[in-house]
Amino acid sequence: MNEPIIAIRDLTVRYGDLCVLNHLNLDVARGEIMVLLGGSGSGKSTLIRHIIGLEHPERGSILVQGTDVDRCSERELSAVRRTMGVVFQEAALFNSLTVEDNVALPLRELTQLAEPVIEIMVYVKLALVGLGDVAKLTPQELSGGMKKRAAVARATAIDPEILIFDEPSAGLDPIVAAEMDELILFLKRMFNMTLLVVTHELASAFRIADRIAMLYDGSLIAVDRKEAFRDSADPRVRQFLDRIPGPVLDSEAFQRHLRQLGGFTGARA
Amino acid sequence: MSLLDRIGRRAIHGVTDVGELSLQFWTGLRAVPSVLPVVGRRGHWQAAIRQMAAIGVNALPMVGVVTACAGFIFAMQSGAELRRFGATRLVIDIVSIGFTRELGPLLTAIVVSGRSGSAFSAEIGTMVVTSEIAALRTMAIDPIALVLAPKYVAAMIVVPCLTIMSSVFGIMAGGVFMYLSTGMKFLSYWQYVSDTILLRDVFAGLVKSVAFATIIVHVGCMEGFNVRGGPDAVGRSTTAAVVKATFLVILADLFFTAVFYITREL
Repeated sequence: MNEPIIAIRDLTVRYGDLCVLNHLNLDVARGEIMVLLGGSGSGKSTLIRHIIGLEHPERGSILVQGTDVDRCSERELSAVRRTMGVVFQEAALFNSLTVEDNVALPLRELTQLAEPVIEIMVYVKLALVGLGDVAKLTPQELSGGMKKRAAVARATAIDPEILIFDEPSAGLDPIVAAEMDELILFLKRMFNMTLLVVTHELASAFRIADRIAMLYDGSLIAVDRKEAFRDSADPRVRQFLDRIPGPVLDSEAFQRHLRQLGGFTGARA
Repeated sequence: MSLLDRIGRRAIHGVTDVGELSLQFWTGLRAVPSVLPVVGRRGHWQAAIRQMAAIGVNALPMVGVVTACAGFIFAMQSGAELRRFGATRLVIDIVSIGFTRELGPLLTAIVVSGRSGSAFSAEIGTMVVTSEIAALRTMAIDPIALVLAPKYVAAMIVVPCLTIMSSVFGIMAGGVFMYLSTGMKFLSYWQYVSDTILLRDVFAGLVKSVAFATIIVHVGCMEGFNVRGGPDAVGRSTTAAVVKATFLVILADLFFTAVFYITREL
């Protein structure tokens, strides 16, 4: 049981000349909440897409429950995916189906359960995320937070062991975002799931995480328990934690540059 | 980029398209049993029936008007020439054979490609943009079985039906022309038509329509699955779906007509 549930070894991803992930190594232990922290463009979403086997890395391997998701057969990949649930950043609910049909879809497609059983399970999952009364609505009629929660209900429909969240609090107001955090903690307590949460929200990360991994320019610069992470001395981690902006364009210099381009050298034109 | 470079790139694109299309065709074919009633997965047959309404029933007015007009045009054009030889009656042969073998399947395919091929690529393309297809994959649900297969089964059933209807509309328009120009009674026109049409011609038309339906569904869906980026990419894929499907339908038509022409000689 001490074997990591997700093991990433030497993962390298390039898009053309751009190196998105650089020799990445990461272990996620069974039953923990691992938060993947990083700024925009640090490669967080790319890493997620590789873990769920949507894209193929240039080098390295990703073992989920001991199966290499890049080199296994289609059948093995399906088996692995049945143990994973993914909540996408934009929720990715099926817009042509009602909320309850969205949650029922994996049950109808992947199991032989009878329709009345499915109905009960759907109701339970929706009640769990607090959406029992909007089952008949379509995704367009839901608010952002409700969509996210419906996506959680769908992702947990077939009782996965691993739940992956891509930016759970993106686009939500602080109260709803905090509710999402509590939902994540609740899921872990209730089902003892392993959760991998991608975010750039510091408050949320420190609330939910057991361990935090920080991605910077495609490399992991820190993987630690959250208490140790908070005290990190690494300048790149500190910059993120203390919200220090990077170099910004100097407006005076920019105006000078524009004037030069326009041929107005010397005094103000 | 040199000319040679560009030619090479185009060629690789073309080969990739063909390869992808054949792979998708094979996967789609294997998913067909899951759509059939009773033995298939629940809900898939209902989805196929909804698609039949969208592809077939709703296209009927459009197909009817298009083929009736085409039939009348066809009859007028050939009638104008044939009248000079006193052979106006041959218009019936031309219209009835022309529609069962050729114009019925082709015009139907063009209408269906414009209406439904574009709809398929837009629907699937939007699902790609909103990550719905990625969500399906991560749930271990094959998007081809869930999204493509019902459309394919529906088109296989409905497009041949539409083709027969369109041939009937075209031939009836020829009858109207014959009545207006020579006063021929509709009943005797119909008699003459049924003497002219061979079962073989009807069969050839149906074979074509099945092939055209396959092309339209698979090209439309492939373009949808290949969408990368945002809403503008969906728009481009819709255009590409109609253009490529229409082009391939005409190529396939040439192929089948040649095959039927050659086997007729044997």
